[in-house]
Amino acid sequence: MSSKPFAITLDVGSSLANKTGSWRTERAVYVDRMPPCNHACPAGENIQGWLYEAEEGGDGYERAWRRLVEDNPFPAIMGRVCYHPCESACNRGQLDEAVGIHSVERFLGDEAIRRGWRLERAAEPSGKRVLVVGAGPSGLSAAYHLARLGHDVTIHESGPMAGGMMRFGIPRYRLPRDVLDAEVQRILDLGVRLELDKKVTDVESAMREGGFDAAFLAVGAHLSKRAYIPAGESAHVLDAVSLLRSMEEGEPPRLGRRVAVYGGGNTAMDVARTARRLGAEEAVVVYRRTRERMPAHDFEVEEAEEEGVLMRWLSTIKEAGDGRIVVERMQLDESGFPQPTGELEELEADSVVLALGQDTDLSLLDGVSGIEVEDGVVKVGPDMMTGHEGIFAGGDMVPDERTVTVGVGHGKRAARHIDGWLRAAPYDPGPRPELASFDMLNTWYYADAPRTEQPMLEAARRQGTFDEVVAGLDDANALFEARRCLSCGNCFSCDNCYGVCPDNAVLKLGEPGERYAIDLDYCKGCGICVAECPSGAIRMEPETI
Amino acid sequence: MPHQQIKFYQAGSFVAGNRLLPPEERSVQARMDRSNSLTSGHRACQGCGEALGARYVLDAAMRATEGKLIAANATGCLEVFSTPYPESSWRLPWIHSLFGNAPAVGTGVAAALRAKGREDVRVIAQGGDGGTVDIGFACLSGLFERGDDVLYVCYDNEAYMNTGVQRSGATPPAARTSTTKPVGPEPGNAFGQGKNVPLIAMAHEIPYVATATVAELRDLEYKVERAMEIRGPRYIHVFVPCPFGWGSASRDTIRLARLVKETGLFPVFEAVNGEVVGVSKIRRPVPVEEYLKLQRRYAHLFGDDPRDDVIARLQELADRNIRRFGLLTDAPESAGLPGHAGDAADAPPAGVEGESNLMRMLAETHRGAQ
Repeated sequence: MSSKPFAITLDVGSSLANKTGSWRTERAVYVDRMPPCNHACPAGENIQGWLYEAEEGGDGYERAWRRLVEDNPFPAIMGRVCYHPCESACNRGQLDEAVGIHSVERFLGDEAIRRGWRLERAAEPSGKRVLVVGAGPSGLSAAYHLARLGHDVTIHESGPMAGGMMRFGIPRYRLPRDVLDAEVQRILDLGVRLELDKKVTDVESAMREGGFDAAFLAVGAHLSKRAYIPAGESAHVLDAVSLLRSMEEGEPPRLGRRVAVYGGGNTAMDVARTARRLGAEEAVVVYRRTRERMPAHDFEVEEAEEEGVLMRWLSTIKEAGDGRIVVERMQLDESGFPQPTGELEELEADSVVLALGQDTDLSLLDGVSGIEVEDGVVKVGPDMMTGHEGIFAGGDMVPDERTVTVGVGHGKRAARHIDGWLRAAPYDPGPRPELASFDMLNTWYYADAPRTEQPMLEAARRQGTFDEVVAGLDDANALFEARRCLSCGNCFSCDNCYGVCPDNAVLKLGEPGERYAIDLDYCKGCGICVAECPSGAIRMEPETI
Repeated sequence: MPHQQIKFYQAGSFVAGNRLLPPEERSVQARMDRSNSLTSGHRACQGCGEALGARYVLDAAMRATEGKLIAANATGCLEVFSTPYPESSWRLPWIHSLFGNAPAVGTGVAAALRAKGREDVRVIAQGGDGGTVDIGFACLSGLFERGDDVLYVCYDNEAYMNTGVQRSGATPPAARTSTTKPVGPEPGNAFGQGKNVPLIAMAHEIPYVATATVAELRDLEYKVERAMEIRGPRYIHVFVPCPFGWGSASRDTIRLARLVKETGLFPVFEAVNGEVVGVSKIRRPVPVEEYLKLQRRYAHLFGDDPRDDVIARLQELADRNIRRFGLLTDAPESAGLPGHAGDAADAPPAGVEGESNLMRMLAETHRGAQ
């Protein structure tokens, strides 16, 4: 006789004995994809990574800042002057509006200055000495990263102050000098030696004399391009670089009541806006093409126009002299190139400022073997090394976009390769992960961050996002803005996969940040976790049988 | 509704957990110590909405009752896939008797507990739409009428899936099942038939009636918790997509549950003592096609010979729900809803008027579906 109750012959067992994972033809796999902001950042910042820390607020801000400066030592500067390609790439732009990354970055940078957070060296001294030529964004960035990597760094700067174009090119109203000074000083506090008024005329002898093992050149592009303009003796023609430079050193020049600025780049806007601030009643930008074809960024043009700067499109300056200029109307040909029309017009102008671009002074490389110069800039490899072994270059003197952020990125990349070269262990950044595109997200799960429900915060957010002249974000707004991040392509511990699995086959490994694992004994491969992951951090992969 | 008041940017009340929320504000499903009342190894199909819904409901109820919970189960998928003898996926006391008697078994368990003075132990009876809407309907109505202390949960996947996708009283118009073929001028299930059990439950004036979907976890958990705070008969109707019976992709289970609510085809609301007290608003309105075209049971409405006329009729049903339940606006047009609480100030005294509203609504439900 069975000892079991009526009609029962087997012990009750758990269905855990039934390994339903054998049904599966595809499996869910956790991935880390490349967020579009990180992908777009010329300085290679892990933007999503530092936003993740900032989202916690409080102590998270310092962790965010420390994560940020692993790649870029200038958050307070970047948050003001970077043209933020990250925001153009931000997937949230396709949902409502891009995350105001630069405003959070600026907040973190300002917090760091306010609270006196300091940088630290990350590596043991290597015993190697590196010469950096130029204390602009690229040189300072390289010096910072090299020092953190344990090298002994000396910067030779031809000018009287550090900062390069951040000081002599970007006006104060975009970048207050106390911010610049604070972020530069923090790098010097790492033990980087800065020698001012020390122009390097021959890089090889400078390296020999100083006993340097490698050099990073970042002399910038400080020579204004000239255009031939027939000018009367009384004509007052000056160039943009000298004008902006003189704003920092000694007397600002007298420009008169009416100023014409020749050129269509960001420098032209800076000059025109500076002229207005110097008291010019009229500042007119003369540009040979149309607004659409203007190299200046839209927001710079808008801000300039708001400040009363006038624009004269499709015009070239034919002649300057005695309180007036003669401009010729242009028209675009089929290829979009401006062609003269012969129609002349006279404008009143007490002075003309040329903002036609800049050239770089490469005389320090004269006679150095292996150096290749093309279009006035030095060719470098993907490792930022010139054709001469041990001499690296970056910033405005190499072929690339000329922005502070690009320069900072060059400095970082060069520093990592210089480090690898000095240690005879070439730096390998590894393959880039797949880009996290908008269609990989499940945007249902993101809270709306709408204007109507948060009018106060929203107004403040716009203030921070669109108007850098205005003060930065406060703590609450920065937190709000950071939390608008979608965390594209990377897990942010929302527990959704753990919640939605009909088979309990997603294991939660611990506290937030410790992530999840798929229990392949029971995962049937339905794909719900992938479909319902907000950030696109899970992928289905076919099973190999 | 209280469960939606978490104001939080990035992901607020939509995801299960979120590291930035204090632990007590995360859902039950986000907890490492959730009871997993329906555990792994069950034989539900890939992407089963019912398995998911049952775990959501029972884990929330287990937490609300501190584990003092007994479940009675009707015959159906939920019973078959969870308990092939001698295995069981249930991690709570669980009893199955017949297809049609789950509410009566629940009543019996509750009565036994009362007799033993163990009213701290709570009872859930549950079943699919077949066992609830059709076969167990008399037992369910009896449970409501007697006022027994049982929460009845219907997992509605809109047909008899376990036996091969036959039509039930919850099958929607135009849907293909093995007994409603997509042929003739009126392909699929007929318009104007079937039962709206949540409204019928409200007509019993029981303390609590709610609808929910597996796409809104926090809403569902809130409703289960609220139901467990109340004594007496309670009814929750959970919409659970079925990839097998609907011909949908297994990964789309939650997406379909989200869309059915966002189209207005399935209004998500709660009612206390026969009065609607809250509705889940539509967040991102979508036309019914978005929902229909993901399912092969509606494939005959699309393709080479599209039936725009039938789709338009389905859209009318959705639009009518949106109007009647006020699913879109902040100020619902509550006319036609049984004694809607929002009308209290202007409405004549409750009672007779409330009843007549209810009767009107039931009549409209019937008419409108035709």
